[in-house]
Amino acid sequence: MASITTNIAAHDAQGAARGPKPRRALSPRNIMLYGTLIVMCLYYLLPLWVMVMTSLKGMPEIRLGNIFSPPLEITFEPWVKAWSTACTGLNCDGLSRGFWNSVQITVPSVIISIIVASVNGYALVNWKFKGSEVFFTILIFGSFIPYQIMLYPMVILLREAGLYGSLGGLVLVHTIFGMPILTLLFRNYFSSLPEELFKAARVDGAGFWGIYFRIMLPMSLPMFVVALILQVTGIWNDFLFGVVFTKPEIYPMTVQLNNIVNSVQGVKEYNVNMAATMLTGLVPLIIYFASGKLFVRGIAAGAVKG
Amino acid sequence: MTNSIEVKDLTLNFGAVSVLKNMNLDVAEGEFVVLLGPSGCGKSTLLNCLAGLLDITDGQIFIKGKNVTWAEPSARGIGMVFQSYALYPQMTVRGNMSFGLKNARVPKDEIERRVARAAEILQLEPLLDRKPAALSGGQRQRVAIGRALVRDVDVFLFDEPLSNLDAKLRSELRVEIKRLHSRLKNTMVYVTHDQIEALTLADRIAVMRGGIIQQLAAPQEIYNRPSNLFVAGFIGSPSMNFLHGATVDNGKAFQFGETKVDLAGYEGGAILERSKAILGLRPEHLTIQDQPEPGKTIPATVEIDEPMGADSLVWLLAGSTQMSVRVPVERRLAAGKKVHLKVDITKASIFDTVTEQRV
Repeated sequence: MASITTNIAAHDAQGAARGPKPRRALSPRNIMLYGTLIVMCLYYLLPLWVMVMTSLKGMPEIRLGNIFSPPLEITFEPWVKAWSTACTGLNCDGLSRGFWNSVQITVPSVIISIIVASVNGYALVNWKFKGSEVFFTILIFGSFIPYQIMLYPMVILLREAGLYGSLGGLVLVHTIFGMPILTLLFRNYFSSLPEELFKAARVDGAGFWGIYFRIMLPMSLPMFVVALILQVTGIWNDFLFGVVFTKPEIYPMTVQLNNIVNSVQGVKEYNVNMAATMLTGLVPLIIYFASGKLFVRGIAAGAVKG
Repeated sequence: MTNSIEVKDLTLNFGAVSVLKNMNLDVAEGEFVVLLGPSGCGKSTLLNCLAGLLDITDGQIFIKGKNVTWAEPSARGIGMVFQSYALYPQMTVRGNMSFGLKNARVPKDEIERRVARAAEILQLEPLLDRKPAALSGGQRQRVAIGRALVRDVDVFLFDEPLSNLDAKLRSELRVEIKRLHSRLKNTMVYVTHDQIEALTLADRIAVMRGGIIQQLAAPQEIYNRPSNLFVAGFIGSPSMNFLHGATVDNGKAFQFGETKVDLAGYEGGAILERSKAILGLRPEHLTIQDQPEPGKTIPATVEIDEPMGADSLVWLLAGSTQMSVRVPVERRLAAGKKVHLKVDITKASIFDTVTEQRV
């Protein structure tokens, strides 16, 4: 019995000496660190706070001028108005029209560009053809040219193709402009996969598409998520192409938002503007939150070998 | 016996760099040929050409009498095992082994039967439903061998299959591959840079350097009668001792410094008188003795004695040439001791200094 007690005592003594040195939660270092972080967070959150609060107030309350104070009387009227009845020039059906336009632009653009770019990257890594390196260099060079330079030629090209001012034309433009960066992304990812895997699949009798769908695709889910986020946010937030290549009936949400906010007749309805802005930003935000973890993994996977 | 693989005048260039030069190689039915050489000698490249994974510049490849020079890898009747195993990570062991068969549209019950047989041969039955990530290195390589096995092909290609394994597993799997060969009697072409693997596994070894086969012969032949200086130096550990000297007395003796070694009994061609020649002696073909014998011994001084368990390696200086001799482990020699090395001339090799070829 006595020996057991001493054993335990010895064990305790040993255990106490082990492990990292305990830190106090409220050490000066922690107070400084977290204090700074909290101040920074508040600073960045302030505009969002103002937006949310303003969008929940009625116009009379906004005229009082206390932009930081919470609403005395919460109303969702501005949100409803921003969505369905705010006026842009002649039509008064709010952002809803722009939302559906944006969906119709974003979904096909994202899907087509990711499919084409992933096949591009796969072919550039595993099925090198004569001049494939030159092809890739030219493609990458394309990503360094400012978009503005290509706007006017693009307008002419679309006009000649009969696509100017249509949704299809804008989808085509987004697909083409997404190609350099997405191809680079996929090429780097596929070249980080072991080459012997590809060889083994060829010995096993799988062809170009067989290897792509059965071997490469299942291994590159994180990369597809990265591409998805990049494309959804990029295309959803696009304003320039939307305003240049489409007509008012099919303006994307961002252009619609701009028109609502900048419309000059009548009083400035700050609450409606705030609500409209947040509605527009909701889609990329949801994509981030839903796939953030995979996004980080994909970025890290691509970063190992470039 | 028919040839399983015939390579005729195979040439491969990468741009301006010539990787394989006019290569000819015949592998008999059921033969185990090892391609051995230092890195960059083109041995893996040759294997990739045989597999159809690289397009060749010139020449022809026949497998089982069929010209497969431009055939797809899957249509050549080969199975291949890779250094990094190359298992499909998202598939189970069963999925990995049956992938090729599914591509070839083999009926389901036939796939079942072949996978079961391969699993039985390689003792993979308990692992069939696991993913590669849950396997050890040795198990992964056995799955990779199984994947080649189920294809029911006549020719197996191995690309350094044991290089990623630790020493113990390597020797275990080496024995397993040898057992597999004696059971299946397939033709096997095996690439390695490990001479122990080559010497233990091969029916014939092709020693390669710079895209050229230096010597193609049975392991004993390669070991005892290396065709040139490169092969002699590459095979054997520690490597062969080379004494630089001259052949004198109408090719009857080798002059090394003050010492003359009698060449009577040398197995090889006619030794002419050469002002410069190299005498190659393997460490185990020398014996250490205290007394000189004229024409049979070389005087040397002991430098270091390295006991290696089964035997011990003694490093000596003969003139300014460093030599190694393998001796029984009981025999301890003090550094600085003057001894005489008795030469077994029947096992020695003489090389021409200029052509580097064995005489």
